[in-house]
Amino acid sequence: MYAQMVKSENTDNGPELDAFQVRIDAGEKIEPKDWMPAGYRKTLIRQISQHAHSEIVGQLPEGNWITRAPTLERKAILLAKVQDEAGHGLYLYCAAETLGVSRDELTEMLLDGRMKYSSIFNYPTLTWADIGAIGWLVDGAAIMNQVPLQRTSYGPYARAMVRICKEESFHQRQGYDIMMKMAQGSDAQKRMAQDALNRYWYPSLMMFGPSDKESVHSAQSMKWRIKINSNDELRQKFVDQTVPQAEYLGLTVPDDNLRLNPETGHYEFSEPDWSEFFEVLNGNGPCNKERLEARNKAWDDGQWVRDGMMAHARKKAARAAASQVAAE
Amino acid sequence: MSDQNTSPRTEWPLWEIFIRGQHGMSHRHVGSLHAPDAEMAIKNARDVYTRRNEGVSIWVVEAEKITASSPSDKGPMYEPSQSKVYRHPTFFDIPDDVGAM
Amino acid sequence: MGDHLFEFLLRQGDNTLILSHRISEWCGHAPIIEEDIALANIALDLLGQTQMWLGLAAEVEGAGRSADDLAMLRDAWDFRNSILVERPNGDFGQTMMRQFLFDAYHVELLNRLVSSADERIAAIAAKSLKEVEYHVERSASIVIALGDGSEESHARMQAALDDQWTFAGELFETDAGDHALNDAGIAPLPSELRAGFNARATAVLGDATLIIPETTFAHSGGRSGKRHSEHLGHLLTQMQWLQRAYPGATW
Repeated sequence: MYAQMVKSENTDNGPELDAFQVRIDAGEKIEPKDWMPAGYRKTLIRQISQHAHSEIVGQLPEGNWITRAPTLERKAILLAKVQDEAGHGLYLYCAAETLGVSRDELTEMLLDGRMKYSSIFNYPTLTWADIGAIGWLVDGAAIMNQVPLQRTSYGPYARAMVRICKEESFHQRQGYDIMMKMAQGSDAQKRMAQDALNRYWYPSLMMFGPSDKESVHSAQSMKWRIKINSNDELRQKFVDQTVPQAEYLGLTVPDDNLRLNPETGHYEFSEPDWSEFFEVLNGNGPCNKERLEARNKAWDDGQWVRDGMMAHARKKAARAAASQVAAE
Repeated sequence: MSDQNTSPRTEWPLWEIFIRGQHGMSHRHVGSLHAPDAEMAIKNARDVYTRRNEGVSIWVVEAEKITASSPSDKGPMYEPSQSKVYRHPTFFDIPDDVGAM
Repeated sequence: MGDHLFEFLLRQGDNTLILSHRISEWCGHAPIIEEDIALANIALDLLGQTQMWLGLAAEVEGAGRSADDLAMLRDAWDFRNSILVERPNGDFGQTMMRQFLFDAYHVELLNRLVSSADERIAAIAAKSLKEVEYHVERSASIVIALGDGSEESHARMQAALDDQWTFAGELFETDAGDHALNDAGIAPLPSELRAGFNARATAVLGDATLIIPETTFAHSGGRSGKRHSEHLGHLLTQMQWLQRAYPGATW
């Protein structure tokens, strides 16, 4: 997901912790000033900022096609969508900031590699069909996770997710719409669409992270209601939803083992190559280097702008104070 | 990461954004953002939170300047960790009708 | 008159199209998230205006072309945008200086076009004006903040102004077609917009503690289409890539 492999820590004990758990179990929202276990706070900071980082880095693969969008309307839609992602990053950073970290600190941890973002954004967008595939598959996978997170236990996070889910409702549809046009288009467009599905299918399955049935981290996060479903559960739901959509497009999911189990009503499918997933997380994905370089460049090149505007704000405040003194 | 070690930290302050829509409702908290000063905070709020619809009124308050009540009556285990809501931007409910403004 | 009108509409639509394209290049790369979002809003506004201007241009031309055809299938010499907007973004300061210079012209123009004798033009101008009034307010604030800000930001903004000032003059170039449209009450003479532009530029750049270059020289060749810069061709190779590579495909 946008937050993958988040380590959950629990170091607190005692009556506070018990009372805290009672509140969570009762479905109460935890708010910034409420007592919370240090582990809950730390885990949330990790998870929310990883999600925020993913939105910000996620601007890049799609932004890669804004200047090449095929029509004025497609360009406007794509630009609006990538802009939404920046907005969602902003909302999520704000939610993380309620936990006592600053956005600049989090940004620096992304830029020097101390914090991660979703593996999916380290894959390249090579054709216009990739923009369709990302909307359809990547946003589709993200929604699986984000909808339940609207009910997460931490108030600011839940409220950010509500806003995000509302704004994202058009993202998956625009992706599917691109795919439909391509699938109904010329032979070259059909090939492009199939190629995009081939390349994005397994990376999309990886977004949910490896199976976490046995994971203590996941168990703790679920107990705290900062993780609502298991990775396998969400992955299965995604496959069940996506395969018929691919069939409607006349595209083939690149998995020879894919079949509908009539007894369970669920699709059986091949696992992605998890060694590739871990390589990508460790910095060896196709675009890790480019993505971090681009973000670092934007941040470094922007330093004088942020500093300059702050310097002006201080001067202006000083001038206002001085003229007030003069008037008195 | 050119000169982050030499230049002083200059993170833009955090602002809480309150917006009144067109229907005569009171201002409501919609979220937060960073801006160098109040004037830019209002502009950023227009861009981030209203997509610049006409006819809305925006209030911005520096987060640091807000004093909040403590979550008092919930017993000793909920001691306030801070007396201000600095960096508590999404402290308030986001109204459902914000998206339509 | 038809030719003059078509030319006029291309000038509007090409300015907004090319500037929108340039600003959209910032998406994901701006100095801070808030600016990233704000820049995208400006690009989106200008793109929407492009659809209206080029849509009307296509209608006026009556040759069966669409706004998309005009954007995606003309070569550089058929574009009528001023050179200012096709120049590469440079740093954020250059982008914002270019934006301010264009906005300051744009708002003067639209203020006049809202009372155009051609109702279609008046309607597009009315919708655009609301957006552009905000654009100029925002770009002016940033130019002032960065000009007045730190030593480095001041130096960069002065360099940006020195670099771009001679490209702003073309916006006010006036030819026979402009006179014909002015006589028909359709559009003002670009030269008439200069005074309002100068007043705003002088005030804003003064607050920004920047010095306007003394030269009266103005680059030219974009709005007439006679000689664009080399940059436009490269911009078009990106923008038009899919339409050129897969002729006739639907997207």
